[in-house]
Amino acid sequence: MNETKFQERIDAEKKIEPKDWMPDAYRKHLIRQISQHAHSEIIGMQPEGNWITRAPSLRAKMILLAKVQDEAGHGLYLYSACETLGISREELVKQLHDGKAKYSSIFNYPTLSWADMGAIGWLVDGAAIVNQVSLQRTSYGPYSRGMVKICKEESFHQRQGYEIMAEMAKGTPEQKAMAQDALNRFWWPSIMMFGPQDSDSPRTGNAMKWKIKRQTNDALRQDFIDKTVGQAEVIGLTIPDPDLKWNEERGSYDFGEMDWDEFWNVVNGNGPCNKQRLAHHKKAHDEGEWVRNAAKAYAKKQELVAN
Amino acid sequence: MAENATVWEVFIQSKNGLAHKHAGNVHADDKIMALENARELYTRRNEGSCIWVVKSEHITSSESEDSEAFFDPSNDKMYRHPTFYTMPEGSKHI
Amino acid sequence: MSSLFTYTLRIADSSLILGQRMSEWCSNGPTLEEDIALSNISLDMFGQANGFYEYAAQLDGTKSADDLAFKRNEREFFNHQMVEIENGHFGNTMVRNFLHDAFNFLFYTELANSKDETLAALAAKSLKEVKYHLRHSSNWLIRLGDGTEESNLKVQDSLNEIWQFTNELFEMDEIDTELLNSGIAVDNKALKEQWNTIVNNTLSKAKLTRPEDAYMATGGKKGMHTEYLGFILAEMQFLQRAYPNAKW
Repeated sequence: MNETKFQERIDAEKKIEPKDWMPDAYRKHLIRQISQHAHSEIIGMQPEGNWITRAPSLRAKMILLAKVQDEAGHGLYLYSACETLGISREELVKQLHDGKAKYSSIFNYPTLSWADMGAIGWLVDGAAIVNQVSLQRTSYGPYSRGMVKICKEESFHQRQGYEIMAEMAKGTPEQKAMAQDALNRFWWPSIMMFGPQDSDSPRTGNAMKWKIKRQTNDALRQDFIDKTVGQAEVIGLTIPDPDLKWNEERGSYDFGEMDWDEFWNVVNGNGPCNKQRLAHHKKAHDEGEWVRNAAKAYAKKQELVAN
Repeated sequence: MAENATVWEVFIQSKNGLAHKHAGNVHADDKIMALENARELYTRRNEGSCIWVVKSEHITSSESEDSEAFFDPSNDKMYRHPTFYTMPEGSKHI
Repeated sequence: MSSLFTYTLRIADSSLILGQRMSEWCSNGPTLEEDIALSNISLDMFGQANGFYEYAAQLDGTKSADDLAFKRNEREFFNHQMVEIENGHFGNTMVRNFLHDAFNFLFYTELANSKDETLAALAAKSLKEVKYHLRHSSNWLIRLGDGTEESNLKVQDSLNEIWQFTNELFEMDEIDTELLNSGIAVDNKALKEQWNTIVNNTLSKAKLTRPEDAYMATGGKKGMHTEYLGFILAEMQFLQRAYPNAKW
């Protein structure tokens, strides 16, 4: 197969499977995107994990733990998909620790109150879902199937977050203030989750041509904003954007300018929690080494006995 | 130690009587661990009644380049399908 | 406080505190697969705690399950001390869980025959989960004990350290005896022999040595605890304590 035939398959909406011929650049793009997605799920366990031991009721505790656990599962589905491209999970984790692989910047912000569990579920998962629903139609088979599974399982994540926000917004004045504060802190980082504007996103061209991405950053961002504004109104919270306004002509909301300096700063490692998140992951990985070695040694002994 | 973990393919039978279906894979060092890891990852929502795990290296796949040679020849063997046959009008239960 | 209420609360407290400890593993597991497994165990423990607290709340008539979990102090908690000790490394956690799972397995097997139908039903449901927990912790104990020299030394140390908390599991006080006589409670003392069999078999497969009984901790069911419990509760109960009028 060659590049022309490959593109014909893509254009015919055929899925590319692991053993199929693919251009090197396609493979590289996928490894970068899927591993970034996987790392985001895994690092994303930390800001919410931060509140599991402090969840305010037995119900809240179980829901939050189940949700964070799902993220571990989703990370695994994505690492699996990435491994089909010929790279091991160990190598991917190494890239993360070496700072060569990125994860979503949103997880570099601290979670400072219980309302942040609401804001993350509602906004961060909400934004992720918009992106993931679109990616169900991605051209790479294993990635697409992973997305289908993830979307199915994540449907409760956004709802649990929104429920927390709704409950707090109608609670005591202190609770409502916490909810508004969480929305204020997480709104802009959430809409920046969709990445730079299309005009500043050099890789979008190829990704769209190869149908790895099905919609551009700006289109997905607009979709998310249009869905979310009404939800904030329903629970009586205010989105912290004075320029947010319904545009009759476009049938969409206009919104204010994002702070791209901050965005690039956090992407490049200078966010409030970048170092902490990586150090946490590395520590768990290092502390688990003797356990992994023991399990391998035990398995080898068993194989010797069996043979 | 840089040694990679062993990858196992996971097949889940969702209900007694149905066929096992490929669900994905897990890393594990021994078969008991593989079963347990598969249970944790793929049956969190009550999806299973039986799990098979098999080391990925033991699976042989046909190549997509071979797909024409492998699968197209069965296209013109329509006589394998029941709709190929003409039944007399009025015949039943056949 | 009725004896049945206290008895139920004790079971709930041990489940909750072990669940709380296990939830600390989330995002800290030795592999991603095991991280998920540890969370699953934690979720099972919270589910069990919730069931027993609901029943205790019903017996009490004035408090909710959450009140019981989030609004009592150290001296009012009746869990086994074993479940409150720090997780330590993965080997520590697996040793602690194994010793406790083996007890829980036998305990729920018996409690499932309780004359109190609610306790019996809760026990039967918990038993299914605990069977899996015991299998999981036994398998890990064997892997770690019979893995590398380093892992063997590590878990042997864990075992030596945690052993002091095993005796408490089998203690009987006047509440246990009273309810045992009415066919409700389990005879903890009588579980020891079977527990010994499970533990000795697994330790031998794991190439580990059973420690000698020396100092043995006691008093969890009377509200005597290690100093760890206070910090567990301070963290767990923070929101309920800081905002007593809030609903979440």
